[in-house]
Amino acid sequence: MSLRLDHLAVDIAGRRIVTGIDLTVGDHEFAGLVGPNGSGKSTILKTIYRVHPPSAGRVLLDGTDLLSLRPKEAARRIAVVTQESTSEFDFTVREMVMIGRTPHKGSFERDTVTDRGIVDQAIERVGCQQLAYRRFNTLSGGEKQLVLIARALAQEADHLVLDEPTNHLDIHHQVEILEVVAGLGVTVLAALHDLSLAALFCRDIYVLCAGQLVTGGPPGLVLTPEIIRQAYGADVLVIEHPDTGTPHLIPRRVQPTTRVHPTGDAPARSAAQPDTPA
Amino acid sequence: MHEDDDRAGPAELAAPRDEAIPQAAGPAGAPAGPPGRTSSSWPARRERTPLTLVLAVCAALLVVTMTFGVAIGSVPLSPVAVWHVVAGGLAGHPENTVAGIIVWQIRLPRVLLAAVVGAALTTAGSVVQVLVRNALADPFLLGVSSGASVGATAVLLLGAFASLGVWAISVGSVLGALAAMAAVFLVSRSGRGLAPTQLILCGVVLSALFESVTSFLIFRGNPQATQSVLFWLLGSFGLASWNQLPIPAAALAVAMIYLLAQGRTLNALAMGAEPAASLGVDVRRLRRNLFLVTSLMAGVAVAVSGIIGFVGLVVPHIVRLIVGSDHRRVLPTGVLFGASFMVLGDLLARTIVAPQEMPIGVITAFIGAPTLIVLIRRRPYLYGATQ
Repeated sequence: MSLRLDHLAVDIAGRRIVTGIDLTVGDHEFAGLVGPNGSGKSTILKTIYRVHPPSAGRVLLDGTDLLSLRPKEAARRIAVVTQESTSEFDFTVREMVMIGRTPHKGSFERDTVTDRGIVDQAIERVGCQQLAYRRFNTLSGGEKQLVLIARALAQEADHLVLDEPTNHLDIHHQVEILEVVAGLGVTVLAALHDLSLAALFCRDIYVLCAGQLVTGGPPGLVLTPEIIRQAYGADVLVIEHPDTGTPHLIPRRVQPTTRVHPTGDAPARSAAQPDTPA
Repeated sequence: MHEDDDRAGPAELAAPRDEAIPQAAGPAGAPAGPPGRTSSSWPARRERTPLTLVLAVCAALLVVTMTFGVAIGSVPLSPVAVWHVVAGGLAGHPENTVAGIIVWQIRLPRVLLAAVVGAALTTAGSVVQVLVRNALADPFLLGVSSGASVGATAVLLLGAFASLGVWAISVGSVLGALAAMAAVFLVSRSGRGLAPTQLILCGVVLSALFESVTSFLIFRGNPQATQSVLFWLLGSFGLASWNQLPIPAAALAVAMIYLLAQGRTLNALAMGAEPAASLGVDVRRLRRNLFLVTSLMAGVAVAVSGIIGFVGLVVPHIVRLIVGSDHRRVLPTGVLFGASFMVLGDLLARTIVAPQEMPIGVITAFIGAPTLIVLIRRRPYLYGATQ
């Protein structure tokens, strides 16, 4: 259950978007793909879930070329949670998750007891039992994302691809979603925006810039101020997360600034701020 | 006063924040989940109405509307008399009485044709709305009706296909519909298949072009023929006969078999093209097939009945309100409900201003437009879903 990109290059409308991508996500590992907007994260993921064909190189699933699989076979191996989280159509949560069974079913095949069991189990794994009979459209952003993960689970694939699954979510849901994903026991490749959050969950992080991999490896080695400046052109401070020791990024203002008291008052005292971690 | 307020602002803001920090730090590792989703138990089951029940009710509705569709008219008949004649006709020996001829020769083919066309337009509408993911889409979006108008107008005004006799209009409109369909298909096709936005825009633009061709033909034609064109454009089942039935019925049957086989993939496509691809759907091929199937259904329907608006737009929305958006439920329900809707519309068209006959397009618009507006205003609404 490994996912490997081998010298992958992708063209869209005659323009090369990403090139020379080599990365491997091992069995049951959680890997993050990070990079500035427009660096090609989504393009790489879309190539993995077959929206774009590779122009060069290959996508390998346990050594098998993805393109040699039929669409349904591929969908039984890789499930995807995309950025889309709205459906204009009226589906309940259970109907939504049942759509995840699509690649397992033939033309006229009906939902069986097994399918319903798989769907209910998927809903339980993301803890959405209480929402099961609600309409998908009435859910909050975080709830929708959990349901879409349940749909991916019902697909029973051993690889999961997520395209910025925590976008637009509050901090509680960001952590909850990634915690759920990390606990699934499948091979995960996720494009993530929040680098500190990525460091908290990913075993390896791959940094992308202008369609090429800058570096890849454990968060502690990859998320350094130098690499962030190189990839994002941003100035950050990196500190250790007090719980995990993983890198935590603190953005810095471009304009020189003075220190501000947490309540918003003018800086009176500079020593012994109350919010420094003990 | 003002200064006090200014100073009070940040202080008040700060106070709860200071209290909140130790609170949150206290039970670390056990953050409270969002309300409503924390319980790990299942709620009481709230399934949708079973499909068999919905279909049974809709089938009963169809039988009733068809019975009244045949019974009511300038010569009123009792439902019993109607079924007596129908039973005799099905057994192979239609009655030669007045009632027998009215039912078997005139009203029954008309009601059946209305049912088939209603079912076809509803099905085509349901599918087009998924194909372009737009609630405003109807089967005529893809240029079918405007192309058919050009063909039919050419027949009526210029005498094209005169050698085909009564079939001339049907042939003309089918050819027009096919030509328009092919034009929309070719123009909107791009490197990545049929993209919804291109499809909508090309359909609308080419429809406008074909409509102006129709206008030009009318402008050049003679006034008497112009009236029959106008009547055809508004739709009617007034010329229905048994030999018009087989082609639309067969088209509907073939399309339904294909579409029911695609029930799951239609649901996946309703999620959007990329999620559908990730669910193992060959989106490009599916869209092309859906385009062909719906255009053919709409084209054949137009050929036998003229352009009957609103059915393909409104009825799918009503159906989704009843059964939800799962296409394995929407499609069969839509066939029965759309058929009933059209039979009822035709019944009104020929009784409201009897002995004259109203174009059915007027009736369906008069029923359809207010219905849809009521549905839309009742709650924030989209494709049968609420926000």
